[in-house]
Amino acid sequence: MEKKVWLLAIGLTALALAPGCKPKGAQTAITGDAASKVYVAPGNHDEFYNIVSGGFNGQMSVVGLPSGRVLKILPVFSVNPENGWGYSEESKPMLNTSHGFVPWDDLHHIAISTTNAEHDARWAFGNANNTPRIARIDLNTFKTVEIIEIPNSAGNHSSPFITQNTEYVVAGTRFSVPVGEKNDVSIDSYKENFKGYISFIAVNPESGEMNLSFQIEAPPFNFDLARAGKNKSHGWFFFSTYNTEMAHTLLEVNASQKDKDFIMAINWKKAEEYVKAGQGTKKKAKYVHNKWNEETHSATSTMMEDVLTLDPTVLKDIVYFIPCPKSPHGTDTDPTGEYIVGSGKLAAIIPVFSFTKMLAAIESKDFEGDINGMPVLKYESVLHGEVVKPGLGPLHTEFDGKGFAYTSMFVSSEIVKWNIETLEVVDRVPTYYSVGHLSIPGGPTGKPHGKYMVAYNKITKDRYLPTGPELAHSAQLYDISGDKMQLLLDFPTIGEPHYAEAFPASLIKDRQVKFYPIEKNQSPYALKGITDARVERKGNEVHVYMTSIRSNFRPDNIEGVNVGDEVYFHVTNLEQDWDVPHGFAIKGANTAELLIMPGETSTLKWVPDRTGVFPFYCTDFCSALHQEMQGYLRVSPKGSSTALKFSTGVVE
Amino acid sequence: MLIPSIMKTLSFSNRILILLAALLIIPSYFTPLWQISLWAPQYPEGLNMKIWIDHLSGNVDQINGVNHYIGMRHIGDEMFPEFSFLIYVIGVLIALGVIAFLIGKRWSLYSFFGLMTFFGLAVLADMYRWGYQYGHNLDSKAAIKVEGMSYQPPLIGYKELLNFLAYSGPDTGSWILIGGVGLLLVAIIRDRMEKPALVLKTV
Repeated sequence: MEKKVWLLAIGLTALALAPGCKPKGAQTAITGDAASKVYVAPGNHDEFYNIVSGGFNGQMSVVGLPSGRVLKILPVFSVNPENGWGYSEESKPMLNTSHGFVPWDDLHHIAISTTNAEHDARWAFGNANNTPRIARIDLNTFKTVEIIEIPNSAGNHSSPFITQNTEYVVAGTRFSVPVGEKNDVSIDSYKENFKGYISFIAVNPESGEMNLSFQIEAPPFNFDLARAGKNKSHGWFFFSTYNTEMAHTLLEVNASQKDKDFIMAINWKKAEEYVKAGQGTKKKAKYVHNKWNEETHSATSTMMEDVLTLDPTVLKDIVYFIPCPKSPHGTDTDPTGEYIVGSGKLAAIIPVFSFTKMLAAIESKDFEGDINGMPVLKYESVLHGEVVKPGLGPLHTEFDGKGFAYTSMFVSSEIVKWNIETLEVVDRVPTYYSVGHLSIPGGPTGKPHGKYMVAYNKITKDRYLPTGPELAHSAQLYDISGDKMQLLLDFPTIGEPHYAEAFPASLIKDRQVKFYPIEKNQSPYALKGITDARVERKGNEVHVYMTSIRSNFRPDNIEGVNVGDEVYFHVTNLEQDWDVPHGFAIKGANTAELLIMPGETSTLKWVPDRTGVFPFYCTDFCSALHQEMQGYLRVSPKGSSTALKFSTGVVE
Repeated sequence: MLIPSIMKTLSFSNRILILLAALLIIPSYFTPLWQISLWAPQYPEGLNMKIWIDHLSGNVDQINGVNHYIGMRHIGDEMFPEFSFLIYVIGVLIALGVIAFLIGKRWSLYSFFGLMTFFGLAVLADMYRWGYQYGHNLDSKAAIKVEGMSYQPPLIGYKELLNFLAYSGPDTGSWILIGGVGLLLVAIIRDRMEKPALVLKTV
C-alpha cells in the first residue's frame, strides 16, 4: 500500500516537471482577452494610422492599429507596376537621380511632420539608404510628392529625422566618403580624404517643399541614427556615431575596438546663424530635386549644382561630442527633451544623458579633449545615469508620455520598460524574434499616446505558416496602457520594416482627397470631356488623347499606327467620384499599366514591334460593364500609308 | 349675403399674415426647392441632387453615371425649360401676394391662397410629367433593359428601383413656401372664426 503511494507521488512529480523542461513559448504570453482588444468590427475603423517603412522594398506600408491590417502599399523609391509609379511618363522623373533613373532603394525610417513637437501628420518623410535621397509624402493623398537627392552622402541611414516644427529634416551619412573633385583616392587614405556630411534640409512650413539648406562637414565616422531635441532641447540635434576608430575594412572587428564612441550634439540654431551671417562655403555638388505637381499630374526633375557647407572645426559652438559606450545605434530624446538615451548595441548598460547637464558642461568647458578642435564632453558630467542590466543589445527607445521608456533588445529578443527618472527596469516582455525598432503612437514626439506599442522584428521563424526559404517579417502589438506590457497580436508585414510612426487616425481621415477636380487638371494632355478625344501624328510620334469613364474609352478604334511609331496614350479619367479609378493596358507594351485616379491624366508610352490589331482594356474593375471597357488599335508595317483614323461607337 | 361677405375687409393681423406669406416666397431664390436622393450598397453615403429655381446642384454627374446603364437621358440644366421662366413666375407670385395684402379684402386672401395652391399642384404635375418622360424615354440601346422600359422615380417619398432606394421630396425653399401657404390657411381660419355679429354690423 505504502509502495503504491510512493509510486503515485513519483509519477505525479514527473508529470508536473515535464512541461517545465521546455522554455515558455508565446502561448503562455497571452493573458486576458487579447482578441477583443485588437478586433475592429466590420465597418469600423482603426484608431491609429501606422506608417511603416518597407526596408528593401523601397516603399511604405500603411497599417491600421490595433488591427494590424495593411491598408495600402505606398510606392516611394521603388517602381510599382501596380499603379504605374516609375512607368508612366509623368512619374518617371520622380525616380531620376544624378546617376539617372534608379528603380529601387532601401527605405528605413519614417518621420511624420510635427508642430510644437506634436504630430500634425501633414507629411511623412522617408529616407533612401542606397542612393541617398529623402522623400516627402502628402498624407492627404498618400502619394510621394517630392524627392530630393543628398550629395556628398553615402548610405543615408541617419535620416530622415525632423525638428519639432518640421523646420528641418536631416540626412547623416552612414558611410564617410571622399567628396568634391578629388574623389579618386586610395581607400586606405580614409583618415585624410574621407568626410562625414550631415545635411540639413529646410522644409517650407506652408507647402512642405524641401530645400537643401546646408551641410556640416563632420569627421569621417559612421553616422547611424539621430533625433532632434524637443521642447527644452529644441534647437539641438543628436546623432549617434560608430566606427570612430575610422576603420575602412572589416568594421565588424575594427570598428568595435573603442569602449566609447560618441553622440554628436549639433546646435543647429547656431549653425543657422552662421548660414545667415554668410559663414558657409558654396561647393559644387550635383544632386536632383524632383517635384510632383498635383495640378499638372506630372513630375519635374531639376539638377542642382551646389551646396552650402559649414566647417565646424572653424565655426565654433556647432558640434560637441558626448562619449557613449560601444557603437551606439539609437539615440532618442524623451518627450520633455531633457533626456537623451544612447543605445550602445554592444553595451551592458543604457546611458541616459541630461540636456541641462550638457549645457552646463559646455558652459564650464568641462571637456576631456577635442576632435580637430570640436570639444569632447566628459561622460560623467553629462550623464543623468545608467540603466543597469537592461538586457543584451539595446537598439531603440520609445516613450509613453507617462515617464517610462521602452528599449528594444536585439540580442536577447525582448522589450524592457524602465523609469526615465529612476532608471529602474520595471517590466520586460519577450519578442518573436530579434526585435529592431519600436513604435508607440506619438512615441518620438512631445505627446505620446501611450496605449499601444508595436515591435518590428527581424526574424519570423515559426510565427506563421511557412512560405519557403523567405518568410514574412513579423510585428507584434503590445498593450502598454497598464503597468505590465501585454502581448496582443502578431501580424506579418510587407517588405522589411525598420522604423515606423503612428498617429491618431482622426488627424487626417476627414481631410483625404477623394478625387481631382477635372476643371483644375492642368496637364497639357488633359481632356475635359469626351468630345475632345482624338489622335494626332507628329512625325513618328502618335499622341492618343483618350478619355475613360464608365465604361468606355474614347476613341476605342484606332488605325494608322505603324511599327516603330512612338505611341503615347494620354488617358484622362473623367470620373468625379471617389473610388472610381480606371486602368489602362495594351498588349505587348514593355511597361506597366496605368492606374488613373478620377480627374487625373496619365501617359503610357508604347512602341509597337509588329503588325496586327492590338487590344487595350481597363484593368481596374470599374462597373458592371467593366469587361466591356476595351478597344482595338491597328498596327500597319513601317512606312505604310494606312490613314490615321479613330472613332468610338461608330458601327459601319 | 355671399358677395358682401367676400368683400369683407380683413383684420390687420390677417393682412400681415398675407404679407408674410408673400415675403416667404423670396427665400426660394436662394434655397433649393426640391431634392432627389439615391442610396445603394456601393453608395452608403447616398447620392443627392438638388433642384434650385434656375439650376441643379449636387451629385448630378454621379447620378448620370449610374443612370446611363439603363439608358436614362443625361440630366442637365438644359433639360428643364422651367429654369428660364420660373424666376419670373415666382416674382409675379410675390407681387400678387403684396397686392393681396394691400387690397386686404377677404376675396384677395382667398384668391392668393387659391393661386398658391394651384401653383403647388402645377409644380407637382410638372414634376410628374418630367419624371414620366425621364423614366419612359429610355434609350433602346442601353446596356441594361429595364422591364417594361420604364423606371419612373417617385414623385414624393421613397421607391425602390433595382439596387437603388430613391427618395424625392421638397427641400428648404419649398418647405418655407409651404409654411407661407400655412399662414394663409391660418388667416382664412382666423377670419372665419371672427364673430358673425361683426360681419352683420358691417353689412
